[in-house]
Amino acid sequence: MPIKPKATKSVAKQTAKKTITKKATLDFVGGWSYAPSPESKDHIRLEKKYGHFINGEFVKPSAGKYMATHSPSTEEHLADVALGDAADVDKAVKAARKAYDTVWSKMPASERGKYLYRIARMIQERARELSVIESMDGGKSIRESRDIDIPIAAAHFFYYAGWADKLEYAFPNRTVTSVGVAGQIIPWNFPLLMAAWKIAPALACGNTVVLKPAETTPLTALKLAEIIRDCGLPPGVVNIVTGDGRAGAALVSHPDIDKIAFTGSTDVGKIIQKAIAGTNKKITLELGGKAANIIFEDAPIDQAVEGIINGIFFNQGHVCCAGSRLFVQEGIADKVIRKLKDRMETLVVGDPLDKNTDIGAINSREQLDKINHYLKLGVKEGAEMWQSSCAVPRKGNFCRPTIFLHASQSHRIVQEEIFGPVLAIQTFRTVEEVLEKANNTPYGLSAGVWTDKGSKIFNMTSRLRAGVVWANTYNKFDPTSPFGGYKESGFGREGGLHGLLPYVNLK
Amino acid sequence: MKSNPDFSKSPTIDQVGVEERVARLNTRSIKKESKVAGLKLALNMIDLTTLEGKDTEGKVRQMCYKAMHLHDALPDLPTVAAVCVYPTFVATAKAALGNSGVKVASVATAFPAGQSTLDVKIRDTQFAVDCGADEVDMVISRGEFLRGNYSFVFDEIAAVKKACGPARLKVILETGELSTLDNVRRASDIAMYAGADFIKTSTGKIQPAATAPVTLTMLEAIRDYYYETGIMVGMKPAGGISSAKAALQNLVMVRETLGAAWLDNHWFRFGASSLANDILLQLLKEATGRYQSSDYISKD
Repeated sequence: MPIKPKATKSVAKQTAKKTITKKATLDFVGGWSYAPSPESKDHIRLEKKYGHFINGEFVKPSAGKYMATHSPSTEEHLADVALGDAADVDKAVKAARKAYDTVWSKMPASERGKYLYRIARMIQERARELSVIESMDGGKSIRESRDIDIPIAAAHFFYYAGWADKLEYAFPNRTVTSVGVAGQIIPWNFPLLMAAWKIAPALACGNTVVLKPAETTPLTALKLAEIIRDCGLPPGVVNIVTGDGRAGAALVSHPDIDKIAFTGSTDVGKIIQKAIAGTNKKITLELGGKAANIIFEDAPIDQAVEGIINGIFFNQGHVCCAGSRLFVQEGIADKVIRKLKDRMETLVVGDPLDKNTDIGAINSREQLDKINHYLKLGVKEGAEMWQSSCAVPRKGNFCRPTIFLHASQSHRIVQEEIFGPVLAIQTFRTVEEVLEKANNTPYGLSAGVWTDKGSKIFNMTSRLRAGVVWANTYNKFDPTSPFGGYKESGFGREGGLHGLLPYVNLK
Repeated sequence: MKSNPDFSKSPTIDQVGVEERVARLNTRSIKKESKVAGLKLALNMIDLTTLEGKDTEGKVRQMCYKAMHLHDALPDLPTVAAVCVYPTFVATAKAALGNSGVKVASVATAFPAGQSTLDVKIRDTQFAVDCGADEVDMVISRGEFLRGNYSFVFDEIAAVKKACGPARLKVILETGELSTLDNVRRASDIAMYAGADFIKTSTGKIQPAATAPVTLTMLEAIRDYYYETGIMVGMKPAGGISSAKAALQNLVMVRETLGAAWLDNHWFRFGASSLANDILLQLLKEATGRYQSSDYISKD
């Protein structure tokens, strides 16, 4: 049921006013504050129109159709990119197959590694440009694209470059061969980083790829295409087809694809799995999540509050492993919530290019509508909504950081992935209770545990049914560490040694 | 009367988490008008300090003039908050500062080691106050603290507080000797519940002195005390803050931990001797567009 954003906003405002009052005695609004500090975008050069990147060059879409990509913060039109269809996908797959058969699968592994090192270095050299474009096109804060997305993207290429000629050591006593042509579909929340997660291990293992970036965030993938062209990678090894779900569907159902890698929503993941049933295609899916972030009484509380903030407000909450369900042990609940509210008052929401912005723009109008729908639903379900009183720009897609107090396990805001800066808070009393509630979800991507006691950490991490469990930290990413889910959060692992497995055949 | 908390159960501190928070706060970008305003605010928070065996009345008088006239060629500069001297120079400083509004702070209680009897410490404190000290900077007994004798530390602070009379009491934890942030947190709690008006990191005689993780941990302790009692306690990082950039990073920490009310020299101080000149260089650069030679600024 679609809900008009206007109506939702007014509900949000009223509730914020009602609950904000008495305890907010620290003043985070008045006094000395930060002047705007925008990162310059003068050096950014964008084409008016981008074609697909197929066989080492940019080509026009076969049907001649384009789609616009906008900045979610300023609503400014940034560029037109090709709207791919089945014919474009077919062309890309053919190029990938040819490159696989004639060049890439035959190349000595150490040579493959050199190309990956070169891509990594060129990402580093163009890091500033890539981070600014990432923030313009996707809405995330420049602090995050500069300090997290782009450096980790480069790190993935460096890491897998190292594996390229060492696969026999990754899988001792086995014969390792490549798989073939990989079709890779990535989401809009970490556009360049997800491209790196997908492309780097595939290439390191000797496969060629056809990548489809998300509809709303194609620009950094196209900049990566420029890097790939300029680094001299043999044509056809990496092909990038832009477009919407139709291009993705064509890629999934193309008969000459050997492996599908998808990161995105659980709904689409299910469709993909149905579509490839009965085929020989290998598949990895990295889907949604509704992670439990668990704070015990003996936790380092101020650091735990920071972990809650990083868990749910990192990247506007557009994170599949976001700590969107908070469980606080009852004895410290009041204290934690008071601190959390004060910390939320210091968050800076606004221009993604401002170096002081903590929370940028929601990626699309559609996503903002979905988040607003859940805000309204949470209030209707009886949870108590509280929002930071921080200033929010009038123009663009923005959402105040929001928490729901007194949420119940039966609330839909607790059960369903919102994918926004919205946290549902519950209290718990015993370890058994919190384990049962934390695991009581169709998802199982990640979880967080906060306690000063080491034995409690090991007890929890071995019993939480989630692919990644962080202890006394949250949302930490590293190319050496595998990432992936249980249950409806998907299967297969990306990153680390485990991330090689989906891209090899073992004998 | 409300009983004091069990200090052996002070909240635990995760060092890695504190360092990450500091790193994130340090990404705040302070430019243009907020930079100038921040630098002037920081100048106004300085306790200009000389605590050396070779101090003389002449040196103290020179420093007091500087405290009131940081750089007269640059208009609209504030004075510093206070000068900080040994008790024997309090009277000299008081006379030199007149009614300028600059306070006189004096270290006391067998500074810097604090290795003396309570009786001597009390008399040291009373002497400083009798000479006209507005503020007393005491040191805690770190040895007693480290062997777990928290009630000894508490009682000593309470006794010195009583001896201070109207003077405000800053309690120096000497965090460089406390070794862990858990200890920094516990010592902060003890000092505040015992009556400290300010908690202060260091004497300046021990390294490391005022590191950012230590300052953040103490600011968070002040916040918890305020939540619990409604009483505001001041904070003074001392030693090791010598650059304008570090001063601004401290202000960012205060702003995002305790809010606007603490951004005032009644509640936040820098204990420093060379910080003022670096801030003046930055302000001259903002005013003229160029960096000046350090010889354009007086060294006292």
